[in-house]
Amino acid sequence: MINISRQGMILIIYTVPNSAYLWIYNCRDMHGIKGISGKVAGFFRLSGELSRFAGRYFAEVWKPPFEIRELLHQCYSVGNRSFPLVGITGFIIGLVLTLQTRPTLQEFGAVSWIPSMVGISIVREIGPVIIALVCAGRVASGIGAELGSMRVTEQIDAMEVSGTNPFKFLVVTRITATTLMVPVLVIFGDVLALYGSFLIEHLKGNVSFQLYFNQVFNSLEFSDLIPDTVKTFFFGLAIGLVGCFKGYYCAKGTVGVGTAANTAVVAASMLIFILDFIAVLISDIFYEL
Amino acid sequence: MSRENTITPVLPVREAEEEVVIRIKDLRKSFGDNHVLNGFNMELHQGENLVIMGKSGSGKTVMIKCLVGLMQPDSGSIEVMGKDIIKLDRTALDLLRADIGFLFQGSALYDSMTVRENLEFSLRRHKERFKDRADTETLVLEALKSVGLSHATALMPAELSGGMKRRVALARTLIMNPRIILYDEPTSGLDPITAKEIIELMRIIQARYRTSALIITHDVDCARVISDRMILLVDGINYAEGTYRELQRSADPQVKAFFK
Ligand SMILES: Nc1ncnc2c1ncn2[C@@H]1O[C@H](COP(=O)(O)OP(=O)(O)OP(=O)(O)O)[C@@H](O)[C@H]1O
Ligand SMILES: [Mg+2]
Repeated sequence: MINISRQGMILIIYTVPNSAYLWIYNCRDMHGIKGISGKVAGFFRLSGELSRFAGRYFAEVWKPPFEIRELLHQCYSVGNRSFPLVGITGFIIGLVLTLQTRPTLQEFGAVSWIPSMVGISIVREIGPVIIALVCAGRVASGIGAELGSMRVTEQIDAMEVSGTNPFKFLVVTRITATTLMVPVLVIFGDVLALYGSFLIEHLKGNVSFQLYFNQVFNSLEFSDLIPDTVKTFFFGLAIGLVGCFKGYYCAKGTVGVGTAANTAVVAASMLIFILDFIAVLISDIFYEL
Repeated sequence: MSRENTITPVLPVREAEEEVVIRIKDLRKSFGDNHVLNGFNMELHQGENLVIMGKSGSGKTVMIKCLVGLMQPDSGSIEVMGKDIIKLDRTALDLLRADIGFLFQGSALYDSMTVRENLEFSLRRHKERFKDRADTETLVLEALKSVGLSHATALMPAELSGGMKRRVALARTLIMNPRIILYDEPTSGLDPITAKEIIELMRIIQARYRTSALIITHDVDCARVISDRMILLVDGINYAEGTYRELQRSADPQVKAFFK
């Protein structure tokens, strides 16, 4: 019991600083400038370029031709690529979270709170963020590498010359696909996480399926769920945007493709945390009103 | 079988030669401090095979990328069939590009698509243009047949050899029935025999479709066989111009270096 929760702690303590370090390391790598001022300058330049890229996406997404077939294909590919990983991650989060919370609540004699507590934390925060991070690792890197190698081997140029707008065909479809699919994947992951949590409660506390999920849904209010669902669309948008941006403007050579895939994951993860923080701030303001 | 017997230079078509299909004037392009093109001039005539030779990194690819609007030049003018490429909007540019075939240096086949889909992809935005010619299926087979790869429709690019890739890429430009074909190093990275086959193919295409061709190469054999006229690109300008024989006889050391 205690063993598992300690491993969970170690995992978190290890992962967070490690990804922060990777990000800082990559910042230096990307711009070839040293020192804090260089990093800050690089960060702002990157943000500026990324928002211009986003602007171009929003300008072009409404204009025909709509590459519907390619969009469906990309939706399928995003879902297909991530759903096993998202499912397993979700399920394990549910298990671990319940196992970790149980002993503490037992001390206070509040085990019956587990469904509401775990339910709220999974649906409102942990589920969306962790599953978006998993998607960032899986999808953003995939898109970065794919578009990067298309750029390096001049396939994007070939598309342009053949009269198909590569930005519409490759970028718009992929960003739209991740924006639509990440929320679906988050819901899928949430369901499995809740099921994992239920399994533990069922085994340890003999709670029935109906009782467990009744409690979960009683504690969740519909007005709580809206901002949490809306933010997953933004997570999806961020994953698609960063992956496509890194790939589309990939530096020449195979090293460029590797860097594109790598930095796409780091930047997308960072953006997810920032967006999550903003989402929490905004919903907090509405809560106060 | 000696090469001289099998391949003879295509004679320039005299009466049509007057019409200029591409005219480049004073083209300049720099990347930061790297001044790649410094006032390059060129004219391509109807039905002509013009070879551009230059060292690696001399800006040949940059020049033809400017020519189809893949890169913006810093200054200068580019006219293709009477239209100024730099001033065209997207729709007009796409329309014009349908008349220009571009064979990329590395073939640039879409590697997530089969050979058939690669060929069909060029047609998808130009359906009206081919309504009266034939259906897509026939066009694809016809184009593949003309490069001798009718059997390869279902293969993926990863399953093709370098020479086959080059042929498929050629078929992909031919399917559009272009008036001008730009070849970026059609023989680079191929063994001499395959290279000769590709050159032969280019000549057959030129004779059958009456296209004008701009051929970028540093393969002297290729230049000798296919060129009506040649331009040497040195230091970002058209350093020397003339037929293969004229340039071969030149006493200029820079020119001589190419023919060693
Ligand atoms: N996108 C780019 N950004 C910066 N520099 C570039 C870019 N494209 C080309 N260059 C530079 O322009 C110069 C000419 O490149 P280009 O690809 O035209 O050479 P090339 O004549 O085609 O050579 P090769 O025969 O090897 O293909 C090179 O020095 C290259 O570094
Ligand atoms: Mg080149």
